[in-house]
Amino acid sequence: MPENKEIVLRGIAAAPGICIGKAYLVDREGVNVIRRYHLADAELEDEKDRFKTAVKKSTEELRSIIEETPEDFREHAAILETHVALLRDKMLYGKAIERIEEEKINAEWALKNVVSELKGMFSSMSDAYFRERAADVVHVSDRIMRNLIGKERVNIKNIDKRVILVATDLSPAETSQIQLERIKGFVTDGGGVTSHTGIIARTLQIPAVLGLNNASRIIRNDDIIVVDGTDGTLIVNPRDYTLVEYEERKSRYERQKSLITRTGRHSAATKDNIHIQVMGNIELPEEVFLVRDNGGNGIGLYRTEFQYLQSSGFPSEDELFDKYRDVVEIMAPHPVTIRTLDINGDKAASYTGSLDEANPALGLRAIRYCLTRPDVFRTQLRAILRAAAFGSVRILFPMISGLNEVLEAKKFLAQAAGSLAEEGKTFRADIETGIMIEVPSAVVIADLLAEEVDFFSIGTNDLIQYALAIDRGNRYVSHLYQPLHPAVLRMIRQVTAAAEEKNIRVSMCGEMAGDPIYIPVLLGLGISELSMTPQAIPAVKNTVRSLNMGECRDFSREIFSKTGDREAREFLDKHYGYITEQIYFG
Amino acid sequence: MPESFSKEVTIVNELGLHARSAAKIAGISQKAKAEVRIVRDGTAVDAKSIIDMLTLACGKGSRIRIEIDSASDMNILKKIVSLVESGFGE
Repeated sequence: MPENKEIVLRGIAAAPGICIGKAYLVDREGVNVIRRYHLADAELEDEKDRFKTAVKKSTEELRSIIEETPEDFREHAAILETHVALLRDKMLYGKAIERIEEEKINAEWALKNVVSELKGMFSSMSDAYFRERAADVVHVSDRIMRNLIGKERVNIKNIDKRVILVATDLSPAETSQIQLERIKGFVTDGGGVTSHTGIIARTLQIPAVLGLNNASRIIRNDDIIVVDGTDGTLIVNPRDYTLVEYEERKSRYERQKSLITRTGRHSAATKDNIHIQVMGNIELPEEVFLVRDNGGNGIGLYRTEFQYLQSSGFPSEDELFDKYRDVVEIMAPHPVTIRTLDINGDKAASYTGSLDEANPALGLRAIRYCLTRPDVFRTQLRAILRAAAFGSVRILFPMISGLNEVLEAKKFLAQAAGSLAEEGKTFRADIETGIMIEVPSAVVIADLLAEEVDFFSIGTNDLIQYALAIDRGNRYVSHLYQPLHPAVLRMIRQVTAAAEEKNIRVSMCGEMAGDPIYIPVLLGLGISELSMTPQAIPAVKNTVRSLNMGECRDFSREIFSKTGDREAREFLDKHYGYITEQIYFG
Repeated sequence: MPESFSKEVTIVNELGLHARSAAKIAGISQKAKAEVRIVRDGTAVDAKSIIDMLTLACGKGSRIRIEIDSASDMNILKKIVSLVESGFGE
């Protein structure tokens, strides 16, 4: 038996933590977990027969469906006839059998590879009709695959052992299918810090190393792997002493983490005694407990889309009010910043009629959408004002790109308050009003906007995306998504300078705010409130306590002289690189 | 080297050489004793494989050549030609 060699791979450290366990490979499509294994020469005939039997069974299934198809659906039956013929097509059937024999691999893996090649071939065709024929091939091969895997079919939904998930990439739909409490760690070929998998992993505090390029080809099912999400290391088939080393590192990490968590409720002031508000971002009302338990000084961003996406129609004012009130009451006396609906036409389409937008990120969404739907907007504003009577509420308008949007939104808010007063309802009108700074135009006119609001909240995820023209979900350009890009730092400074001038507060609620390494830069640039995924609160507070505001200011002035994100990053690592190590290992 | 025979035809039906029409050609070709090929712009594919034929992406108006390798498959050639010319009976 060949000795398994230890292999060390370097990827992107997307979620901290260390785990050691068995690898579980997930198919690209995420639905089936397809195992790959090699066969001895003597087993090849049986394997080919197993494949042929699966095809035969698929043919029979299709035949009986065709027989049961009524005359009126002749058209449909004809498509199925084509599928029957495809089952035996030499490009599919023949190639798969060839593959089993030549590569001495199992039928599932052979079929999977043949199908992805065919899909690639079809998808490169220029004619839409022919391009879409890939769907026929996939349809047919799914049927064969089902029959191959049979009763033992493994679904990503049903993973029932503690494993480390290894995949080429995971889409949001796939990650939502996984029973995440069963997953010890994430390893993917694609993705990065800001990818969906990265965000999920950090939220659930599951170690993740992403952007490994070819890990899913190197790792085999059930291989023992070590995932070190603190520095992006992945080790396949670790030697004994590597295992010992990582077990020790893991316990050091966990010891430090529990220490930091215990101090989460202590206030966060710098060494020179400047208090910083460290708050949580939430999406579901229940997450308010996470913020409270992690010691958050309030909620800096309450995303309100969830209730709109859940129900089949728009939620009523009372439904919204009930949820908002719960959150506000639990968090009181700390503030809850409620962001008004940041939905796009696409997501709302299921009950507002379909919108065909080529580029939804630049389309009818957030405040733009709300201003075109006064009924929807007014309902939410009334619910927020009513909830405000039960604690401390701030209102936040998203996606502001010009002054008129602010004025109009405020007019709606005043009207909502007026109508509530007329009806004699309990509410509170004198609440702080703020806007999201996430569109570059809002940065440029921050001085004008500062006249009209009580606070700014910089949404770094979108701001960086729009300013650098980078889709961070696009693996080809996601490496260009750089929070330390000189343009990003200058924009942040421009916003805080305008705010200081008008004496209003600036908070930050993007991913950047929850990453300890960026805290010295952000504090130095004049951000006084940070809002993040609740689990990150204790570590950020710990970091704030270790810093000196005067030094941060000097540092941020100096980082301004750096001409590129790489130079800025090096400068940051040189001065504050210890932060990460200190957070992870004390 | 077997003797080849071939015939050029034009795709006349609206959908072109799509999945179902390719399935019809494959159905006829499967009965051939030797190879049957469809050639378009110098690219030859196996007329027994639907997928192979689809890769030619022949829309309406495409000129294709049908080739056989054995005189005993002459009947097959004729059948395919008349099938294409009739617009696959659509």
